[in-house]
Formats: sequence, structure tokens, C-alpha cells
Amino acid sequence: MQAAYKHKISMATSCAHLCLQCRSLLCSKKVASTWQYYTHVRHCIRVTQVPTKILDGSSIVKGTHKTNPAKQMQKQQVFCYSDFAAKHLATGAEENKDVEETSCADVVAFKSPMLPIRDAVLESQVSLDLDAAAEFSAFEVISDEEAVRISVPSAMPPASTSLRDYVDHSETLSKLVQLGVNLWKIEQRPNVGSMLLRLNFNADVAPRLLFLKEIGVEDSRFGYIITRNPFILTESLENLQSRVNYLKSKKFSSETVASMVSRAPYLLNFSVKRLDNRLGFYQQQLKLSDSNTRNIVARLPRLLCGSLEPVKENLKVCEMELGFKENEIQHIVIAVPKVLTADKRKLTKIFDFLHNIMKLPHNLIAKFPQVFNSKYLRIRERHMFLDYLGKAQYDPTLPNYISLDRLVSLPDEPFCNELALATLEDFYLFQKTL
Amino acid sequence: MATPANRMFRRLEGLFCVYKPSGVHWKLVRDSIETNLLKGLNAAPRPPLPQEVRFLAHPVSETEAPKGLTLSAATVPALAQHPLVSGPEFQRVRVGVGHRLDAFSSGVLVLGVGNGNKALNDLYGTRVTRDYTLEGEFGTATDDFSHKGSVVERSTYGHITQDKLDKVLAMLEGANQKALLMYSKVDMRSQEAYEMAVHGLLGPEGKSQPILTGLRCVHFQPPNFTLEVQCLNETQRYLCKVVHEIGLELRSTAVCKGVRRTRDGPFTLRDALIHHQWTASDVTQAVRQYHSSKKNTRYSHKPIQTPACRPPEESTTTANEMELATKQEKVQ
Repeated sequence: MQAAYKHKISMATSCAHLCLQCRSLLCSKKVASTWQYYTHVRHCIRVTQVPTKILDGSSIVKGTHKTNPAKQMQKQQVFCYSDFAAKHLATGAEENKDVEETSCADVVAFKSPMLPIRDAVLESQVSLDLDAAAEFSAFEVISDEEAVRISVPSAMPPASTSLRDYVDHSETLSKLVQLGVNLWKIEQRPNVGSMLLRLNFNADVAPRLLFLKEIGVEDSRFGYIITRNPFILTESLENLQSRVNYLKSKKFSSETVASMVSRAPYLLNFSVKRLDNRLGFYQQQLKLSDSNTRNIVARLPRLLCGSLEPVKENLKVCEMELGFKENEIQHIVIAVPKVLTADKRKLTKIFDFLHNIMKLPHNLIAKFPQVFNSKYLRIRERHMFLDYLGKAQYDPTLPNYISLDRLVSLPDEPFCNELALATLEDFYLFQKTL
Repeated sequence: MATPANRMFRRLEGLFCVYKPSGVHWKLVRDSIETNLLKGLNAAPRPPLPQEVRFLAHPVSETEAPKGLTLSAATVPALAQHPLVSGPEFQRVRVGVGHRLDAFSSGVLVLGVGNGNKALNDLYGTRVTRDYTLEGEFGTATDDFSHKGSVVERSTYGHITQDKLDKVLAMLEGANQKALLMYSKVDMRSQEAYEMAVHGLLGPEGKSQPILTGLRCVHFQPPNFTLEVQCLNETQRYLCKVVHEIGLELRSTAVCKGVRRTRDGPFTLRDALIHHQWTASDVTQAVRQYHSSKKNTRYSHKPIQTPACRPPEESTTTANEMELATKQEKVQ
């Protein structure tokens, strides 16, 4: 095949032989230099070993690691695929691979002009190159071990805006997906994606999940917790343990602590001092007993997570704008702790409607704090409907009394049947006349 | 790709109307409808994950030297297509709003989904009238003409009777009719104008000042009264101003307590969805109803053969005939 090729080319370029010779000097020099670099690089790849063994567990891509020198190249590629932490190694190896590929391409490209120059002065150099070049033809038959050693360029981009490109290659990410973590949601937060890629499942993630399991958090909640608070995976274990110990010292039972952690994922990221500060605030400001404080914090654990300014403002609103007395506020907060973090405008709007239009006194509203939890539109529609039917009677002393909690909490059907004594269609038609 | 979510989305495309409660901004309504539609679309089952073939080496103990190849092929699901990694199938739905309603008023609000927004543009462009119910109260005048504004003036209203109110309304209607004729851009003395007036096609094209095409009082109990209005190119604030002016005409003052839109073009209160029904399945049903009613009107409508149209003389007649036919279809 080579002879025929040579013949063709020599016939075609016989007249431009001199020029070719000149060019060939330069070409072959370049080829020679790249070739030398190539051999040097290959040598490098063969010689450099993976310095640290970061991965202990099996990679899902290519099975267990072996210390066999014959498979070192494969091992290096596996390493780049499966652990993003070795990026510098990966890019180094990739660069080498790229050079290797381009040099191969260069060699193949330069093969044609080289052939007629075989007759020229640089025969010795060229013949050496040709023999070496023949080794790497694409049609050559090679053994299976060599086939396994051929480097496959990775489909993984060096930088990407989404974790989608890395999830099939990274053990940490695929295990997180299997746990139920919503990667699409958390990668939208800045820097979280890179942080997750740098984690090692066995060294970083697994100990913390085991710790959560020891506290009593259920396995099904892990996905939710990590989605809401991925930084729990970078918090040190001593800190987590000390915070749990603090909560237990404040006489929270372990089931309560478990439920608090699973409902407020950021809880264990806060320092002991901050948790203490907040518990102290709720106890002093609301003048609640210990057990009551524990009760409201256990039911709404995010009270310990957020800032205290909105809570202080809400308490001021209840006291001054709405005009509730201190014991009424205490009762409301113990019954519905959400009032402390509710929207102020919503609170004022609902109270305005209850007090001025439904003509309810303060003590009656304080008896049923669930009204502050419901939607303003719902209260308005239901009250107008009862008013239209003449059944809007909220005084407990008079007959046909309708209690506020039933007004607000019942779904549409029982509300119509029991309280309003009308059909559901009538209620819907009435809503269209408001 | 014909995934179940895509098929559901095809069924959602079209126009439908909702009942906007008062005190709520129209944008909140549009946003909550979009959220509910997305919830319904993303709840549809997703196609199964594509499988990838990977070559895994058999776990061999380290003391043994490897002899030959020990690779086995295994099909593994490619996690890149998993919903937790690539996100929900639908992340945005184009929901457009027709004639807007301000926060104080309530009533029929037309919305369009996906390709239905093109029909919404046409609805906007053609001349469709809207029906309103205005609740008024005599005795007060405020700065923004509604009962929530700050009071500017108080007056007595004992002298107002039903027929005085009717006289004032008739006078207003006359003035508006004159404005209608003025904006029609047709020579009032031509046969064409007569034909258009007979079929009720007189009116402004495009933007103009608000025109009330119909006005009457349905309920009168001093100090409260209720008016029914049909209008074009209006804003709700203009309607509150109308109530205020009626009070002034009657030598008293009036304030608007409620503005409620009962009809927007072909969409009436009967088809409107209340907020309990703002889910994907109810919206699909409403859109289906709209498509079937559109089909019915198209088949039941016959092009009007007006004997008075003289084709050879007027050069613009064929264009006018087409205009007449399309206008009738839309006004119906």
C-alpha cells in the first residue's frame, strides 16, 4: 500500500522536488521535534504515578483500582473522570492526551509529503520516524491489553454551568441523586455546585449522614435536608455534636431534636451562642415558662433560625396596632406560633376585617388565633355569604352561634352543609357576585 | 416529543376567563394561575430514563495478577436525564392577560395560554364591548371617586328620585352616543352608515376615549343605587368618575363602592372560574369549552347578504363586506 502511494506522489511532485526538499527540511524538523515531544510525553504518562490514593471505594465507571503498572494509564484516566478534585491532574493528563492526539494527527498529515522525501538526504531520520509512525496506524491489529490502555477522550467538559454533565461520572453526585437530593435546585445557588463536586462521598458525606441517623432523623428526610441546606455537609462534626448536646441540655428530648432538625435544616449550622440567644429572647420577651418555650420552639423550629428583628416588629404590631393585651398575646403565640413570623400587613388586614366589619371584640379573636393563619379572602367570602343568608352570628351567648375556628378551618363542603345550610353551587355563585 | 406533559400542554392552549376577586392585583392572579398550571404539567409521568452501556471490571483481589481482560457490560440508567438533575419538564408557561382590571374592581378577566395568546391579541384589537355593574352611594365625594378614598365633600340626597336619576342617565347616554358617531369615521349621511347602524357596527376602531354604549339603573334604594353599563375603551377609574359625575348632575355627591365586570366580549360570568377552580384540569375544561363554542359560532354564522350594498359603484365595497362579516363574527 505504501509503495503504490509513494509512486503516485513521486509522479505528481517530480517537478517541485526542490521546493519540497526545502519545505521538507522544515516539515520534518517540526515533525521530528513533535515526535520527540510525543515520545517524551508518553514516557511521562507511563512514569508518573498517581501520588495519593484519594478514592477508597469503587468507582462506578471502571470498577476497582489496581496497582498494576500495566494499567496505570487507565487508572489515571479513571481518576480524572471520577474525581473532579484532581482537576489539575486531569487537565494535565488531558493536555497530554490532546498533544498526543494532535501529534498523531500531525504525523498522519505529514506522512504524505514525507514519502517522496524518503529519497532525499534525511533518509535516516525519516526512516526512523516512518517505522515509528507505522506502529500507530488505525487499521493495525492490537492485543486486548493494549486496546484497554488506549485513552478515550472524556465527554466531561472542564467547566459547565450545570451538574448534569458531571453526575454520571461522579460517585458523590449520583449517590446524592439516589438519596433524593434535588441537584437542579441547589446548583442555582452560587458556588454550591462546585462545593458538591469537591466532596468525597465516603470521607465527607457519609459521616454526616450517619451522624444524622444517630440523632434519629429518618432516611427519607436526608434528601430534603440536603436540598434545603447543602452546607450541612461542610459543617464539622464536632460543631454538630456540640449543638445537639446543647439542645439536649436544655431538656429537649431526642425525638424532639430529630424532628426539629428535619423540619429546620439550617438549625445545626448555627452556633451554640446564637441558639442560646434566641431561646433566651423568646423566654424573656414573651414571659413564657420553660415548658411553653420548648413547646413553641419544637413546633416551629425555624424560630431559632431566622433573625429576631421581624419577630420584635410583629410583637410590637400586636401590642400597639392591634391592641392586644400581654396575656392575650401569650395565648395567641402558644396556640399559633406562626404569628411571630407572619407578614405584618396580612395580620393587620385580617384583624381590621374581623374587628371593624365582623364586629368581633378582642377577647373573642384572642380565643381563636387560627384566624390569623388563614387567607384573608377566605374569611371575607365566607363572612359575606353568611351575612347574605342572615346567619352571621358570632356571639357565643346568643343562639345560632358560629365559632370562628370552624368558620376558617372547615373545607368548603362541610362549611356549606353545616354552617351555612346551603349548597356548594350557591356558594360558588355567590362568590361571583362579590 | 409527545410526552404526557406535552400532550397536556397542547390541551391547555387557548383562552379562558377567571373571576378576579377585588383587592387582588391582576398580576397575582396571572402568577398563581401560571404556578398552578406548572404544578399540573409537571405532575404528569415522565418518560423512563435512557439506559447507557458501561463496561465495569470484575472486582479481582489485589494479590492476583490480572490475566487478560475481565470487563463486563452492564446497562445503567443515565442520571443526567433524571428529574432531580435536569429539573422539571416545564419551567415556564406563557400566560397572557386580556383587558386588565385594577385592584379595586372584580369580575371577568380573560387569560390566554401558549398559542392562545395570539387569539388574545386579536381580541384586544377588535372592538368588543364589556359589561359592568357599578354600585354607588349618594352623599359623599372622595378624591379617588371610590369609597376607600379620603372624603372631600358631603351632601344631602333626599331630593333624588328614580326619574331624576333616569333623566340624568338618558342625558349621559345621549352624549356618549354622539361621541360614538363622531369616532366612527363614517359619513353620517351615507347609506353605508345606515347599514352599519342597523347591524350595530358603528364605533371607533382602535384607541379612543371611553364610550358608554349602554347605561341604565337596575336598583335604586337611596342612598345606594346600582347601574349597568356597556362600554368600550374604558378604564375602571373612568367608571368611578362616571358615578361621581352622576352625583354632581343630580346636585348631590356620589361615590363608587364597587366595580364588577360581568362580561368581556364573548366571555361571561357563567364561564368564569373562581379561585377554588384555578387548577390545570379545570382550566383544560374551560379551554375545551371555549374551542367548542368558537367552532359553533363559526358554523352557525351566515355571511350577511345586504341588498343595499352596490358592488360596482363603490370601490371599497368588497373590503367593506369582508370587514362587515369579520366584525359580526367577533361582536357575536
